[in-house]
Amino acid sequence: MAPFSSLPRKREPITGGEWIPACAGMTRKVRIALGLLGVLFAVLTTAPAVAEGVPLPAIPKAKGEKCVEEPQLMRRYHMEFLGHQRDATMRQGIRTTRHSLKECISCHAVDGTDGKPVTIKSEQHFCNACHSYAAVRIDCFQCHASTPEVPGRQAAR
Amino acid sequence: MSNKACDAGRRDFLKAAAAVVTLAPGVTLMSIPAAAAPRPADQPASATQRWGLLVDTTRCTTDCTACVSACRTENGISGHGRPATDPQWIRKIELRNETTGATHSLPMMCQHCANPPCVDVCPTGASFKRADGIVLVDRHTCIGCRYCMMACPYKARSFVHEDVEDQRPDVPRGVGTVEGCNLCVARVDAGGLPACVESCRSNGNGAMLFGDLNDPKSEIAQRVKTYATTQLRADLGLDTGVRYQGI
Amino acid sequence: MKTVAYSEVQGLTPGWMTLLGGLGALIAIGLGSAWYMEHNGHYVTGMSNQVVWGMPHVFAVFLIVAASGALNVASIGSVFGKTAYKPLAPLSGLLALALLVGGLMVLVLDLGRPDRLTVAMTHFNFKSIFAWNVILYTGFFAVVAVYLWMLMDRRMGGWVKPAGFAAFLWRLILTTGTGSIFGFLVARDAYNSAVMAPLFIAMSFSFGLAIFILVLMAAYRWTDRPLGDGIVRILKNLLGVFIAAVLYFVAVQHLTNLYITERHGIEAFILRDGGIYTFLFWGVQIVLGSLLPMALLFHPGLSASRANVALASLLVIVGGLAQVYVIIIGGQAYPLEIFPGMEVVASGFFDGQVAAYSPTAAETMLGISGFALAMAIVAVGATVLRFLPVSLADEG
Repeated sequence: MAPFSSLPRKREPITGGEWIPACAGMTRKVRIALGLLGVLFAVLTTAPAVAEGVPLPAIPKAKGEKCVEEPQLMRRYHMEFLGHQRDATMRQGIRTTRHSLKECISCHAVDGTDGKPVTIKSEQHFCNACHSYAAVRIDCFQCHASTPEVPGRQAAR
Repeated sequence: MSNKACDAGRRDFLKAAAAVVTLAPGVTLMSIPAAAAPRPADQPASATQRWGLLVDTTRCTTDCTACVSACRTENGISGHGRPATDPQWIRKIELRNETTGATHSLPMMCQHCANPPCVDVCPTGASFKRADGIVLVDRHTCIGCRYCMMACPYKARSFVHEDVEDQRPDVPRGVGTVEGCNLCVARVDAGGLPACVESCRSNGNGAMLFGDLNDPKSEIAQRVKTYATTQLRADLGLDTGVRYQGI
Repeated sequence: MKTVAYSEVQGLTPGWMTLLGGLGALIAIGLGSAWYMEHNGHYVTGMSNQVVWGMPHVFAVFLIVAASGALNVASIGSVFGKTAYKPLAPLSGLLALALLVGGLMVLVLDLGRPDRLTVAMTHFNFKSIFAWNVILYTGFFAVVAVYLWMLMDRRMGGWVKPAGFAAFLWRLILTTGTGSIFGFLVARDAYNSAVMAPLFIAMSFSFGLAIFILVLMAAYRWTDRPLGDGIVRILKNLLGVFIAAVLYFVAVQHLTNLYITERHGIEAFILRDGGIYTFLFWGVQIVLGSLLPMALLFHPGLSASRANVALASLLVIVGGLAQVYVIIIGGQAYPLEIFPGMEVVASGFFDGQVAAYSPTAAETMLGISGFALAMAIVAVGATVLRFLPVSLADEG
C-alpha cells in the first residue's frame, strides 16, 4: 500500500543524533588521494586569484561554546548531517535538535548593523561566508527561514 | 464575506490578549485538555495514533474567522491581494441546504485522508502520509507539477505562485511547490494543538476538537463514537481524519 | 520488391535557413516565456489554484498524444504489413520522437521547480500514473530509436517487424497512460472514467496522422520531391476513419455522463452553459475540427484537391487543441462538488463557482514553442540522416 518513496531513502532511520556519514570512515589512502586532487584542482582554478590575494572567508563566530560536531567534520559533511536530519524530521517527525537546520541558524545567527540577525541576502550571513567563497549555491533558503525565530511571532498559545 | 472587519476586530483582540494574558475570551469555552503528552523528540511518529479533527458546525458561526487568522499567523502566510493565486490552507464556507434552507458555516482544510488521492498521484512521492495520519508535502522532492491539486476532492492544496520571504523556522515554504494544511505538525509533535483549534477555543466558538482517533479514551474518539459525524465525499472511501458534525 | 531510395534534405539553403530561423525564433520566445514565468512565479500566468493546469498543459498533452499517433504510419507498415506505408516509416518515427520532445519540453518548463527534473527521474511513486508516464515517455525514446535503427540499417531488415511491434505496443500503453492521467482522477466528474484511455488513443491516431500528413506534404513540396496521389488518398481516407473513431469515443464519454445523474452538472456545463467551453466543444471541436474535415476528406469532388486534404488536416489539429482545452481547462473550471445537496452561499476560496481562466501570452508562447521545437527536430533530422524517400510517386 505505502509507496516506496514514503520510506526513508538510502539512509537508515536514526533514533538519536549519532549518525556519522559512511564516507567519514574511508581509508586514509583514499582520503589523501582525494585531498591531493582537491588541492590540485584548487591551485589550477584559483591560481591567478591567489596571486592577487583573495582573502580567505571570514567565518563569523557562533553563539554557542562548541559546535555539535568537530569543525573539520562539519565543514566536509554538514550537508549529509542536514540531509539526514531533514528526512527524519520531515518523514518521521523526529525532532532532535543536534543536526537540525533550525538550530544551526539559531546558533550561527549574525547580527547586522540594526541589531537584527541578517538574512541569507547578506554577505555577512554565516552560510554565505563560505558558500560565496566556494561559489556553491545554496537552495535551502527559498523555503527555510535564514534567521532565528522572532519571539512572539507564532500564534498565541 | 465580511472577514475584513472581523479580522480587524480579532487583531485588536489579539493585541489585547497579548497585553493582558489573563483576559477571558468571553465566548463558549470547552474544557479540553491538551491533545497528548509530547512525544519524545527522538521518537518517530507512530501508527498507533491517528490525529483527527472534529468540527461541530452547530457551534461555528458565519461571522467568525478565528481559525483562518490563527492559521495565517502560525504558518507565516500572507497574500498579495490576489485571491486566485494566494496561498490557501484553511477557508470558511457558508452553506445552505437546497431543500430545507438550513444554513451552516464551517472551516475547510486538508481532510488528512487515510487513503489520500494526492499521495496516490504524486509522481515523486513528495506528497506523503505520516505514520500518524498527517498528510504532508515534502518540498525537497516536490517538483511543482500540481497533479495533487487536480486529484484532491477538497481543493485543499495550493501552489506557491510567488516568492516567499520571512518564513517561520518551523514552517518552511517556498515558490514553485505545493502546500496545504499540515495540521500544525510541529506543534502537534510538541504536544500542542493545531493553531486553528486553539484559536477556535479561545477566540472563537469552541467548534473544533483535535485528538487521537485511535485512542478510545480521547474525547474526539468518544464523540465520533457517540454522534453521527460526516466525512466529506464519503462516497470516495478516503476515510478522512477531519470529520463534521451538524451537516 | 522494389527498394526505396532515401536521401537527406539539403541543408543551409535559403528556404531551409528561413524555416529554421523562424522555428528558432519561436523556440527562443518560448524559452523566454518559461524564464519569465519561473522568474516571477506562476502568478503572472492565467493559471491559479482553481485552474492549476493551463495552456502549457493543453499544448503538452496535445503534442504527447500526437507523438504516439505519429508513429502509427510506421506501425501500419511494419506490424500490419501494408506495403504502401513502408517508405513512410522512418519519417513517422522521427516525427513521433520530435513531437514527444516538444511536448515534454513544454511540460517540464511549466513545472514549479523545473530545476528538479532529476528528482522526477530518480524518485518514483509507483502508484502514480504520472510516474509511470515518466517511465513510458523515456522508454518511448529508446524503443522508437531502436525501431528507427532497424528500419534504416539495411543489415537489420529482419528485425523491423519485432521492433515495430514493440514500438506499437509501447505507444498503445503510453497513450493509455496519458489518458489515465485524467481517467484516474477520482474526485472530478469531468474525468474519472475508463473511457479516457481509449479516447486518448483515438485522439492520438487522429492528431498524429493530421500532423504527419502536413509534414509530409510540406517536406515534399519544399524539397521538390514527387508525392503521388495514391499515397495522399490512402492517408486522407485513414484520417477520416480516425476522426470518426474520436467522435465515437466522445459520444460514449458524454452519453455515459448524461446517464449518471451526479454528472449532469458537468455535462450541462460543457454541452450547454459553459460559454467559451461550449463554443469550443460544438463550434471548434465537433463542427470545425471533426465534421468539416470529414466532409472535405470523403466528398468525392472536394477530396480530390490536395489543398483540401491539407486544410482538413489543419482543421483536425485546431479541433484537437480545442478538444484538449475543453477536457483540461473546462474540466477544472467546473467547480468541485464537495457538499452534495448544499448550495455554497459564500466561500473564502471560490467554492461552487465556475473558475475563470484566460491564458496569458507567455504560457501560450511556451506551448507554441513545443510545436516549433518538434518541427525543428524533424527538419534537422531529415537534413542529417536519410529519412525521406527520394520519390513517393505513384507506381506504374
